[in-house]
Amino acid sequence: MDLLVIGINHKTAPVEIRERVSFSGEELGRSLRKVLEHPEFTEDMILSTCNRVEIYATTRDPEMGIVALKNFLAEYHGVSLEEFEQSLYIHSGSGAVRHIFRVASSLDSMVVGEPQILGQIKEAHSLAVSHNTLGIVLHRLLHRAFHVAKKVRTQTKIGNSAVSISYAAVELAKKIFGTLEGKAVMLLGAGEMAELAAKHLVAVGAQRVIVVSRTYRRAVDLAMTFDGEAIEFDGFRESLKEMDIVISSTGAPHYILGPEDVVGVIKARKNKPMFFIDIAVPRDIDPGVNEIENVYVYDIDDLQEVVDANRDRREREARRAEEIVEEEVLKFYHWYTSLDLVPTIVSLKEKFEKIRRREMSKYVASFVRITEKERKSLEALTSAIVKKILHDPITFMKSPDLNTDTAEYVNAVRKLFRLDAEGGGQAKKQGRDEGV
Amino acid sequence: MNIWFFKLTVALYLLGTFKYLLFIILLRELLAKIAFISLSAGFVLHSITFILRYFEAGHIPVTNLHESLSFFAWAILGVYLAFYWRYRIKVLGPVVATLALILMIPAMALPKEILPLAPVLRSYWLPIHVVFAFLGNAVFALAFCTGIMYVIQEHQVKSKHIGAISRRLPSLGVLDEINYKALTFGFPLLTVGIITGSIWAQYAWGSYWSWDPKETWSLITWCLYAALLHQRLTVGWRGKKAAIMAIVGFFAILFTFLGVNLLLTGLHAYSNW
Repeated sequence: MDLLVIGINHKTAPVEIRERVSFSGEELGRSLRKVLEHPEFTEDMILSTCNRVEIYATTRDPEMGIVALKNFLAEYHGVSLEEFEQSLYIHSGSGAVRHIFRVASSLDSMVVGEPQILGQIKEAHSLAVSHNTLGIVLHRLLHRAFHVAKKVRTQTKIGNSAVSISYAAVELAKKIFGTLEGKAVMLLGAGEMAELAAKHLVAVGAQRVIVVSRTYRRAVDLAMTFDGEAIEFDGFRESLKEMDIVISSTGAPHYILGPEDVVGVIKARKNKPMFFIDIAVPRDIDPGVNEIENVYVYDIDDLQEVVDANRDRREREARRAEEIVEEEVLKFYHWYTSLDLVPTIVSLKEKFEKIRRREMSKYVASFVRITEKERKSLEALTSAIVKKILHDPITFMKSPDLNTDTAEYVNAVRKLFRLDAEGGGQAKKQGRDEGV
Repeated sequence: MNIWFFKLTVALYLLGTFKYLLFIILLRELLAKIAFISLSAGFVLHSITFILRYFEAGHIPVTNLHESLSFFAWAILGVYLAFYWRYRIKVLGPVVATLALILMIPAMALPKEILPLAPVLRSYWLPIHVVFAFLGNAVFALAFCTGIMYVIQEHQVKSKHIGAISRRLPSLGVLDEINYKALTFGFPLLTVGIITGSIWAQYAWGSYWSWDPKETWSLITWCLYAALLHQRLTVGWRGKKAAIMAIVGFFAILFTFLGVNLLLTGLHAYSNW
C-alpha cells in the first residue's frame, strides 16, 4: 500500500493546460467514485482550484497507480496524455505527505501565505467524505494537514502582512488611525483598485463613503454599492475636510491637489490626520502634500514597496514554516508505516507476552514454595493460552482476502489493544501522535 | 526587611525588562506574557516594600532620594498597569519597564537607611502633596514614553519605511489618544500637587509661594502642560507637536524632580540625598 499524489499547478503549467484537466464542482463526486473503480486504488480525493488540479490516492502498487492516474486524467477529460504529461508532478510516500502539508500551509501557493487554499482543501475533503472515498489513511492525512496549516499560521507570521496594493493601503490606514471605525472615505475617480481598497476599508469599519467621478452616473452607481453618496467632481474640495481617507485614481494629466489646497483643509479639520492613497498614474496628488503635518500621502510606488517588503518577509517566514512541515511529515510517516501488517503483529505478540510474564511473576511471587518443575509447567500453560488466543486474529489479518482493508484492520487492532499507547517495538514512538 | 523586598523587586523588574526587550526583538507572545507577569509581581513586591518601610519609619517613605526614585518608579508602573488594562499595548511595556529600571538602579545604589524626619516635614500634608505630585509625574512619564514612540512611528510612516520598527510600534492614532488621555489625567494631578504644596508651604514656611527653585520649576512644568492642553483643545494641536511637547514637558519634570535637588539649593533640600 502506498500514498500517491499526481497533479499540475500554476508553477508547472499555464492556465490553458490547467483548465483542460480541471474538475468542475458538480462532476467532482462522480469523478471521485470513478477513480475508485480502478482496482488499483483504495482511497482518493481530488483537489481542483484555479491554480491546481491534484488527485490523492492510496494504491497497492505505486507504479501501476501512477500510470492509472495519468490515464484517468487523460481519458476523463478527453485530452491526450502527451499534452500535459510534461507538466505533471508525482509524489509518493513521504513525498506525498510533504506535498499536501505544504499545499495546505500555503507554502506552495502563488502568493505564499494566502489563506484561501486551506478552505479549498477542506471543501475537497468534505466532498470526498460525502462520497465515501476516504479511508483511514487519507482521512488522517487530511486532518494532519489541517493541523499543520493551523500550526504554521499561528507559529509563523506567514499570513500577517499585506501582499496586495489594496490590503497594503488598509494596513497603512490602520497604522495611521489605529481603528478605522467610523472613518470617512472619499473615492476620487473610480477604478477597480480604488474600489477594492474602499471595499476593504469598509470591511474593517470605515463608515461613510463618498464617490466623486467626472461622470456623475458612474459615481452614483458605485456609491450605491457602498451605501454612500455621490458628488460632482467640481464640488469635491468642499467635502474634503470631512474625509479621513482619500483614494485617488482619476485620469487627470496633472496634479489635482496641491499642498496649498490641503493646508487649508487640515486647518479646517483641526489637524485631524488625513491619509491620501494616490493610485493614479500620472499622479493626482502633489507629493509636496506629504510634507504637511498630520497628512500622509502614499502613491502607487510607495504602496508597491510596502507590498514587496511584506513579500520578502513572508518568504523568510516560509522557511520557518518548512521546518514545521518537515517535523510533521516525520510524525505522520511514523504512524503511516506502522500500519504495515508485520510490525503490528509483532507488537501485538509482544504485548501479550508482556502481560503473560507480568501476571506469571506476580503469581509465582505469591507462593512461598514453588518447585522449578511447577513453574515450568505454569509457563507452558500460560504460553499456550496466549498463543491460542492470538492464533485466530493473526491468521485473519494475514489472510489474502483482507487485502483491500488491511490498513483499516491494522488500525483497529492497534486501537483495540492500545499498541500505540504503551505498545512495544517500533510503535512506541507515535504514541503522542495518536488521537488527532 | 523592606530592603530585602526592594532588592527582590529590582530583580523582578530586571527580569521583566530583559524579557520585554527579547520580546521586541523576537515578537514571541510568550515572552511578553512572562515579562508582564514579572513586572506585575515586581509591582506587588514594590508596594509591600513601601508598606513595610512606612511602618518601620512611621511616615510615608518619600523623604530622601532613594525613596523618591523608588516611589516614582512605583507610580509609573502603577499608572502603566492602569493604562494597560484599558489599551493593551504590549510595546509600551518594554519602554516603561526600562524607565522604571533606570530609576530603580540609582535608588539601589543610594543610601537606604531610614533617617529621622526633618521637623518641617512632619505634617499630614506630606503624603497628600507628594502622592499627587508623583502620580501626576508618573502619568506624564507615560505620555513621554508614548511621545517618543509617536515621533519614531510618525517618522516611519511619513518617510514610508514600513519595516521592522513600524510593525512593532502601535498606530499613530492610539499613541496620540494616550497622549491626550495622559494629559487630561496628569494635568489635574499636577495642579493639585502644586496647590497642596502651596497650602502646606503656608503652614510650614509662612508663605504660599516663595520662589524657591523647586517651586519655580514646577510652575514652568505646569505652564508647559497648560500650554499643550490649551493648544490641543483650541486649535487641535495633536500628533507630532503634542508628542514633542510631552517629551519636553517630561524633561522639565525630571529637572524639577532631580536637577533642582542635585544642582540648585533651596527650601526643598531636606537631605544630602
